[in-house]
Amino acid sequence: MDLSTKEYKRCAVVEVSGRIDSATAPELAEAFNELTSEGQYNLVLDMDDVEFISSAGLRVLIDVQKTCQRLNRGKLVLAEVPEQICEAFDLAGFVALFDFYDEQIDAVGSF
Amino acid sequence: MFKSEQRVFPARFESLSAIDHFVADAARRAGLDPCAVYQVQLAVDEACSNIIEHAYGGVGDGVIECVLDVADGEFTITLRDYGKPFDPQSVPEPDVEATLEDRTGGGLGLYFIRHLMDDFQFEFDAKQGNLLMMIKRIERGDCREPQASR
Repeated sequence: MDLSTKEYKRCAVVEVSGRIDSATAPELAEAFNELTSEGQYNLVLDMDDVEFISSAGLRVLIDVQKTCQRLNRGKLVLAEVPEQICEAFDLAGFVALFDFYDEQIDAVGSF
Repeated sequence: MFKSEQRVFPARFESLSAIDHFVADAARRAGLDPCAVYQVQLAVDEACSNIIEHAYGGVGDGVIECVLDVADGEFTITLRDYGKPFDPQSVPEPDVEATLEDRTGGGLGLYFIRHLMDDFQFEFDAKQGNLLMMIKRIERGDCREPQASR
């Protein structure tokens, strides 16, 4: 898994490629922790190049969303989610917990 | 003609990628469509993660034996480990309609296996180890809903 973070005026974007599984999910969690510890709670996860995400990754997303939405500080939104991953999100009941955007620019613009 | 394939992996999270390649490559050659291949990848990853974390307690010196086979239009994945057994019935299904505050993300692994595979079976034996067999039917066309959900 590779990831990069870009900080904008009103949000930060985390772009991830590769696999998010039990081996790599901690690194994703750490990237988000660094942002929230700096007080950045408006977050975009760009999943365009994510090949695979397991429940370990989904748990990270839930935890980050809880942190962001606590005290209405912000939210985590998801951009460019591959179709097969969308289906897994739907099965896990995640669709109601996140906002989804087809393009990163729209996700950034939502803040 | 698909021939049975078997490989043994160290039971460590670092093995998940190699297990995924092994299973996904075989699933494609067996004729599963891309959607079904992803469902198999997800179910296998969840099962192996559970073996590593729960059966072996996260300590990395166990093994996962993985056997892949095709028969009667079905792609079968058999995983065997020699760690602690567990009772699948004791793992509650997550409430996928719960609000964010009530979601923990726990229990999703077994939930995915139940809902993504057409059939599955656990067996636990003190000498033979723990076995999980998962079946995905090979059907062409648009991605379809799996049949098993128990």
